[in-house]
Amino acid sequence: MDMLTHTFMQRAMIEAVLVGGVCALIGVYVVLNGLSFIGAGISHSTFAGVGFGLLLGIDPVWTALAFSIAIALSIGMVSERSQLTHDTSVGIFFAATMALGVLLIALMRNTYVDIFSYLFGNILALTPMDIWISAGMTVLIAVVIFLFYKELLALSFDAEMASVMGLPVRSLRYLLLVLMALTVVLSVKSVGIVLVSALIVTPAAAAQQLTTRFHRMVLLSLLFGVGSSVFGLALSYWINVPSGAGIVLTATAVFFLAWGVSPRRRRAVRV
Amino acid sequence: MSKEADIVLRNVSVRYGHLPALDDISVTVPHGSFWGIIGPNGSGKSTLVKTVLGLIEPWRGEVLTFGRRPSELGELRARIGYVPQYSSMDFSFPIHVLDVVAMGLYGAMGLFRRVGKAERERAMEALRVVGLEELAPRHISELSGGQRQRVLVARALVVEPRLLILDEPTAALDHSSAEGLYEWINQLHAARDMTILLISHDIGVVSQHVDSIACLNRTLVAHGRPADVLSTPTLETMYGCGAVLFSHGDIPHMVVKHGHTHEHGHTHDHGRTHEHEGAD
Repeated sequence: MDMLTHTFMQRAMIEAVLVGGVCALIGVYVVLNGLSFIGAGISHSTFAGVGFGLLLGIDPVWTALAFSIAIALSIGMVSERSQLTHDTSVGIFFAATMALGVLLIALMRNTYVDIFSYLFGNILALTPMDIWISAGMTVLIAVVIFLFYKELLALSFDAEMASVMGLPVRSLRYLLLVLMALTVVLSVKSVGIVLVSALIVTPAAAAQQLTTRFHRMVLLSLLFGVGSSVFGLALSYWINVPSGAGIVLTATAVFFLAWGVSPRRRRAVRV
Repeated sequence: MSKEADIVLRNVSVRYGHLPALDDISVTVPHGSFWGIIGPNGSGKSTLVKTVLGLIEPWRGEVLTFGRRPSELGELRARIGYVPQYSSMDFSFPIHVLDVVAMGLYGAMGLFRRVGKAERERAMEALRVVGLEELAPRHISELSGGQRQRVLVARALVVEPRLLILDEPTAALDHSSAEGLYEWINQLHAARDMTILLISHDIGVVSQHVDSIACLNRTLVAHGRPADVLSTPTLETMYGCGAVLFSHGDIPHMVVKHGHTHEHGHTHDHGRTHEHEGAD
């Protein structure tokens, strides 16, 4: 445990708990609503947001936040108003925003930008301010999900019934997209644009293998998300590999373990 | 209040894009009545239900449910029990039977309130009504088709609805389970102060149970008492092909003559196919 004597590792551990937890929490809704690809689309859109921030000389977290919320709402609107499926509208935004990010960063000809750390994260290079921003967003997301627990559950399970009962289904859909955007932005510095969607989907998918109750899926997903982040970070310290990769691969290993012992899968095979 | 009409439609037309789904429907469903809405596939039955529920805005005309426009129902919305046709339910979702039924109460509970003991007891009561109380702790994937249908009925009943709408409730059931469900809906109607709207393409069975019938094929072909409505010309208009209703004692059977669709029928069929895609 001598790694915790380093200040940068203490910060990294706090961040790992926050990011692992919040990704796992939103991940439950992402998995149950089939929004995995949208999650990937939103996370890639932050690249353009980061590009704007760097070009304007402000903390890229704010421009990434504005940009990813705008893209999340656009994906929702495009698939609502036109005949396009979510899948297609994400496919369009996904590539366009990455291209825009590359273009913006290329415009800054005299500055060196560590694109690699935005794409794959660098949890060891966080400032105290980064941690505070992450903590604030985590609390915000958790409180909103707690308040709308029953409504988000109804939306995820049976959206048509939810709207017959008079629940604001449309607003709830957009709320979920905005929460996904917040989650992605707070995670980008530590696990990176490319890897964040794995940290959202994988713990929740692992939890789904092991339970038939919604609240247990939430708790298990949190356990797997936080556990994978902390263990993956420690692992990356011990064997000296990039932390984002260590965290995501740990989560993936947990998923395959859960899948292997899943009573639900075995039941499905039997039937 | 009980003398009032629960549903009033005045010259209601619905379109999906430029395709007409319902054309100039006017009908009044008084409180306490048991209505059957019948019609072939793609005749707009589900569209009609969704219009009454406020899920679809009419293109023209006026819909009044409990005397109000569906978008302005407010807390009265919680008095509608709805059993959907092909449920948008995901049967691999991590949820147990009791929780599904309790979910029927979410609309009436208001924001931020949580399911507690009282809600679980009401859900258990609704499961008792449909005879599934011992399945309450099961996961929904462990149920048979008929049991799933009854869970959906329980979810609709948990709010103690003033208006119960069932859209093809027997679609996934075999003949004897379907008969059982109809019998049971009959008893429910007799025991409670409730308006029931039953949507079906099964003319013969439905006409035995309901006290009024509406024949729908984009327009309202006929409505009234089952015996008066179910004449051969009505069915001809409705299905756009030869159909004959036989009576064996009290049980009418319909026979559709195949392969005699004339040109007019063809155009109708094309329209229907498109409409059906939009409707589902």
